[in-house]
Amino acid sequence: MTTIAIPSGMPQYDDVPRFDVATVRADFPILDREVNGHRLVYLDSANTSHKPRQVLDVLAEHYAMHNANVSRSVHTLGTEATEAYEGARAKIATFINAPSVDEVVFTKNSTEAINIVAYAFSNASLRPDADPRFRLGPGDEIVISEMEHHSNIVPWQLLAERTGATLRWFPLTDHGRLDESGLEELVTERTKIVSLVHMSNILGTVNATARITQRVREVGALLLLDCSQSVPHLPMDVVDYDADFIVFTGHKMCGPTGIGVLWGRGELLAAMPPVFGGGSMIETVSMARSTFAAPPARFEAGTPPIAEAVALGAAVDYLTGIGMRAIQWHEKELTAYALDALATVPGLRIFGPNVPVGRGGTISFALGDIHPHDVGQVLDSLGVQVRVGHHCAKPVCTRFGVPAMTRASFYLYTTMDEIDALVAGLEQVRKVFD
Amino acid sequence: MQLDQLYQEIILDHYKHPHGRGLREAVDPDARVGEAHHVNPTCGDEITVRVATDGKVFTDISYDGVGCSISQASASVLHELLRGRAADDAATVHEAFVELMSGRGQVTPDEEVLGDGVAFAGVARYPARVKCALLSWMAFKDAAARAGVGVSPTEVKA
Repeated sequence: MTTIAIPSGMPQYDDVPRFDVATVRADFPILDREVNGHRLVYLDSANTSHKPRQVLDVLAEHYAMHNANVSRSVHTLGTEATEAYEGARAKIATFINAPSVDEVVFTKNSTEAINIVAYAFSNASLRPDADPRFRLGPGDEIVISEMEHHSNIVPWQLLAERTGATLRWFPLTDHGRLDESGLEELVTERTKIVSLVHMSNILGTVNATARITQRVREVGALLLLDCSQSVPHLPMDVVDYDADFIVFTGHKMCGPTGIGVLWGRGELLAAMPPVFGGGSMIETVSMARSTFAAPPARFEAGTPPIAEAVALGAAVDYLTGIGMRAIQWHEKELTAYALDALATVPGLRIFGPNVPVGRGGTISFALGDIHPHDVGQVLDSLGVQVRVGHHCAKPVCTRFGVPAMTRASFYLYTTMDEIDALVAGLEQVRKVFD
Repeated sequence: MQLDQLYQEIILDHYKHPHGRGLREAVDPDARVGEAHHVNPTCGDEITVRVATDGKVFTDISYDGVGCSISQASASVLHELLRGRAADDAATVHEAFVELMSGRGQVTPDEEVLGDGVAFAGVARYPARVKCALLSWMAFKDAAARAGVGVSPTEVKA
């Protein structure tokens, strides 16, 4: 074996931040359990991640000791709950480098976050005095891509139906990357918003957004990035990415279900009409009409998921403690290893980029003609948990001519041994069905 | 979990060598024909079932689709069991199969009624796969109704 020395002055291999995976795994109680008589091999983190003790403890502690409603009580418990809830917001703002904590809106999940933006457009379109950037009508265009999760397709289809605007999309290349060759014709002065997935939940592709962002700025449109799969896995800096909105969800980043985030530029959130009406989102209410609170409260009607938000703050602390650069690198090594290992399985076809560059640790594949349901069932009998089906990205399956795919996805607690278990399991699948 | 309870030899055999696969035109030009296309939205399995009937007997049941071994084998067994049967007779078999699949593994199937369908008894223990097994049977029920023949009042409780 030859060793290639990296020239001095360049970043050295050992300079990359790392962490001890065994130590991390000890934080996740569920990783100790068995499934069907085998040790659990969890390769479905793109679906939902597991939660470390540090997050579970905060969740339980909040309900046990600090439980009260937020933003409406003068009593001690109410003050503690409010401080914890707003403290979580501040942690999340720091995590994504938001210029202001008021730009972080808590939602139920990414889906709700995207729908809030879509319905803000919808509501603005009904009001002649609304900010023109949010007013849509016939002749206006919304641009998405063929790579989107259904949650970044359907809200825009519905918005187009309500307003008469036209929905257009970027196609995909055969390698599972965005086809940007028609960028100038696709994103034009007619475009009001471009809403794109940052990292594909099915192909693993991480989209390079700089060229698209530049075009979006040229034509005066807005840019939303669906970061559900990227914020958990790589460092996110909303200033650096120059997006107008990003959305992500807590349960994919070691946090609980039921809590997500809409980040938006302060002046854009301030220009958006409310979507949900109710308590907490108002300035004043009379029987005839109401005026509304400033963001983020304007978009957080009703009692929010308080404990979940606080626990998401704990998840952000946990990830930050390990380091997002280190997590990103760990997953890059896993992905490189997995791509090589899967290439040794006869009849296996990978959908999406087959090099560990411009992609994350989510790999979808077909094993010959064996249906993914059958692949997943045999793997489950061996304790290996993968996702099978269309992954809420049916247009991607259609693009690649299959009804469904099998997907393995990694996270900070995933090991190379687990990838070996997957490859061994796939041999077992072939034995049953060949 | 006992994988071989789920993937019984009979199921794998029907999957690898499906019986009566492919959509066919009715031989008798006067036959009443009904067709239904069903999808399983969680996994993307699809099946189209077409029935031809003279009003009393299902003279042909043809189908085409894509899906897992359970859904495709189940369509093959459906074809074997119900083609050529009288409507009321088919309704009995249909009801027995739906009952078996809704039984969470607690129903003992009658081979006299269900033939190769008894192999699906193990599938009933896997809630995630019950819909796969029932896909073609529900499509058949709709297709038969469209051909003017009621098959089974049973609703699925899977």
